[in-house]
Amino acid sequence: MYKQIIQQASQKTFNSFKQFLPILIGMLLLVSLLIKAVPQNFYLKFFTGNLITDSLVGALIGSIATGNPITSYIIGGELLNQSVSLVAVTAFIVTWVTVGTVQMPAEIYMLGKNFTITRNIVSFLLAIIIGILAVITLNLIYA
Amino acid sequence: MLKKLKEKIRFGWLFCLVMILIFCLVYIFRPELGLASWQYLLNLTKKIAPLLLLVFALMFFSFIVLQPKTIIKYLGQGSGVKGWLIAVVGGIMSTGPIYMWYPLLADLKQAGTRNHLLATFIYSRAIKIPLMPILLFYFSLPFVIILTVYLIIFSFINGIIVGKIINN
Repeated sequence: MYKQIIQQASQKTFNSFKQFLPILIGMLLLVSLLIKAVPQNFYLKFFTGNLITDSLVGALIGSIATGNPITSYIIGGELLNQSVSLVAVTAFIVTWVTVGTVQMPAEIYMLGKNFTITRNIVSFLLAIIIGILAVITLNLIYA
Repeated sequence: MLKKLKEKIRFGWLFCLVMILIFCLVYIFRPELGLASWQYLLNLTKKIAPLLLLVFALMFFSFIVLQPKTIIKYLGQGSGVKGWLIAVVGGIMSTGPIYMWYPLLADLKQAGTRNHLLATFIYSRAIKIPLMPILLFYFSLPFVIILTVYLIIFSFINGIIVGKIINN
């Protein structure tokens, strides 16, 4: 019984690894190229420092992008190093997981159009609120 | 399922090969950029590699602890507060891409699970315990704690709003 569970868990972990490895290599290559090819001030064109618009832009990019959340943390961390605001980065990493533009057809097919569209819109808006609240809370702690 | 996995792996390798090709082209036509990117890539890989080992170890243990049938048992209609808690904890514990969970969630929906629990489950998947080391690597501990707390609170809020809108 336990042997079977461990065997299944090993198989699933191996499958996840197999599935994720090429994406990870590709993403690392992409991130390395983008970080060095894109001027440091490029992202500042999209991120103005305004809490509301920064959250909106970050959430939009996160909603469109897809992949393993590790990728969003890596990109988010690198964006942060490039002086992009924490509000935008937070909204970006939250929508990456909670809003699924790419997966939407599958979600509509399995869970229904009404549910999928409502859930994605609500999740998008809440990600922006979380981004703002998280940074306000953090600032209060360090104040 | 196996066919889908193979398709995904094929797509993954295609993406990887395209990126390698682009990287090589950059190296040939803009060697200074290629070299800078390569050095950045090596540093980034060195930083990420040990964390990845930890991530997959934690993922392995999650697969052992979490069985899909267990979730079905406790997310039925009339589950009350227990249902909410299980939706959040189940979402946090669930691993793998969300589309792998769609068939199970569709089954739950057909079995009478309310929409707000499904929405809560999906939203709470944003909390990835096995990936915490990487999140901590890039962000401060207070930020990670604050974000996690907000994600839990907003999982409930998301469920309530989605449930109310759909029911109306």
